[in-house]
Amino acid sequence: MTFGRWAFLVAAVALVALAGLMLGTIPVPPGDIWSALRGDGNSTTVFVVRELRLPRVLLATLLGAGLGVSGAALQGVLRNPLAEPYLLGVSGGAAVGAVLAVSTGVAIALVPIAAFGGAIAAVTLALFVAHATHGRGDPRVLIMAGVVVGAFANAVIMVLMANADASTVRGALWWMMGSVADATWTQIAWLSLYVVAGGAALVALARTLDALALGEDSAAGLGVDVDRAARRIYLVASLVAASTVAAAGLVGFVGLVVPHIARRFGARGHRVLLLASAATGSLLVVAADLVARTALPPAELPLGAVTAMVGVPFFLITLRRLT
Amino acid sequence: MIQFRDLRVRYPRQTRDALAGVSISAPRGTVTAVVGPNGSGKSTLVRALLGRVTPSAGAVLIEGTDVSQLDRPAIARRVAVVTQREESAFPISVREYCALGRLPHRGAWGRDTAADRDAVDAAMAMAEVTELAERSVQALSGGEWQRVRFARALAQGGDAFVADEPTTFLDVAHEMAAFELLGRIASEGRAVLLVSHHLNLVARFADTLVLLHDGHVAAAGTVHDVMRAEILERVYAWPIVVTRDPAVGAPSLVPLRRGSRPSTEQSI
Repeated sequence: MTFGRWAFLVAAVALVALAGLMLGTIPVPPGDIWSALRGDGNSTTVFVVRELRLPRVLLATLLGAGLGVSGAALQGVLRNPLAEPYLLGVSGGAAVGAVLAVSTGVAIALVPIAAFGGAIAAVTLALFVAHATHGRGDPRVLIMAGVVVGAFANAVIMVLMANADASTVRGALWWMMGSVADATWTQIAWLSLYVVAGGAALVALARTLDALALGEDSAAGLGVDVDRAARRIYLVASLVAASTVAAAGLVGFVGLVVPHIARRFGARGHRVLLLASAATGSLLVVAADLVARTALPPAELPLGAVTAMVGVPFFLITLRRLT
Repeated sequence: MIQFRDLRVRYPRQTRDALAGVSISAPRGTVTAVVGPNGSGKSTLVRALLGRVTPSAGAVLIEGTDVSQLDRPAIARRVAVVTQREESAFPISVREYCALGRLPHRGAWGRDTAADRDAVDAAMAMAEVTELAERSVQALSGGEWQRVRFARALAQGGDAFVADEPTTFLDVAHEMAAFELLGRIASEGRAVLLVSHHLNLVARFADTLVLLHDGHVAAAGTVHDVMRAEILERVYAWPIVVTRDPAVGAPSLVPLRRGSRPSTEQSI
């Protein structure tokens, strides 16, 4: 990727983030943003910018970056352009955890933890199923294991929902549609830990990912311990995905499409691809959240639906212009 | 030198050894070709060399060191392999692809050193792919892709160079060019181990021929020792005559149609 394209991408993220701080029911002119961030000026403006919009923009940035790197890494290791962060059962497992928590009426603060636990359990189960069937390094076996675990999770959710009351169903449904509306600094701190540490670990494995993307035999010929490296990447990528789900629910489409946009943008090789996917993911989710809360005020659209609505044309434009 | 010493390999849940005590030496500076029917154990030999299968007996040695004593990057620093099939799942430039050959030489965070870049440049020049450097590997013709794969393996360095069916999808000219490149790699002092179905081409380029059959060495030696009708007929279970190529004089195998022996049998 050329320096110019990097500069463009970073500037675009900054610009969309700035728009995210400015726009809303109470518009804040760009000149007032900086002083509001420092705590100067009109107290309403300060509250809106610092307490409502900044956490939201930051959470969306981290969410997009996490889904972007997770998707890019899984596509590489599975050699599959249709791979995405939820593939190994993350979404299904997280949803089971969250629905269980909601329907048993535990404290709302515990829902993310239950979702995270469910996601980790599902990934562990998928890896275990793949391992038990002697598939080990075979991506096809793992994808099937992920699909099977996901289907099982869906069945569990349906059973839980069928017997739940209306408010539980509505709460669970909202959670499954994803949102950064109630962003807290605690969520931001936790998610940044997972996204930064997980992202760094995946970037460290970028050359290995390049080798794995060539196929098992070739990677082995280049000195890669295929099974071990692949397992490590599945785990790290799924952990990052699980942490995003715990923080903001299910936001589809981002992890699938962002790596493709980054590639269309000229990202070659996984080191560049992972970083560009993080930036592109942030751009997409911050923009989608902006649309979600400003398109039909005062209603909020579900973030997961908007990412797809913003992402599809974005993807089609890059497809057209850069091929 | 690559040495397979009385190597035995049996895959899980199989009743028969894939390799049943195979001894082969591939010295530096020569091309050693392993030939044989499908399922004779050729690919297992390559996998054992890479430490991808665990032998039940015997050993694989590279310059006298048992590969089971080496970790994977250490093996990859000694042996470069062009595998049978390879397709990049995602676009990557030819230069970046060739630079992957340096992977076993550096740590995860390691940046390209001047030595790495020189090795990649030299490898790309030798395989004549320098002018393709900025192209995407997904935009190459079959012949170009094969040369690029050779360049990647050359950049890997090491004492031994293994090519597993390197010409499967190549036309006549690219096939010849690939074999000539293997000859040049050997003449620069590496041990070249070639696994191939193309008996006739191999007969012209290999210094030593090893014929595998059902996990055993059925014949080994010079081309003239191995390319004999009675040996090949037994191994391939098919009527075969061996003639001399009229243009270059190398032994040449001609498979017959069953039940149609030529009136005058030519044999060497």
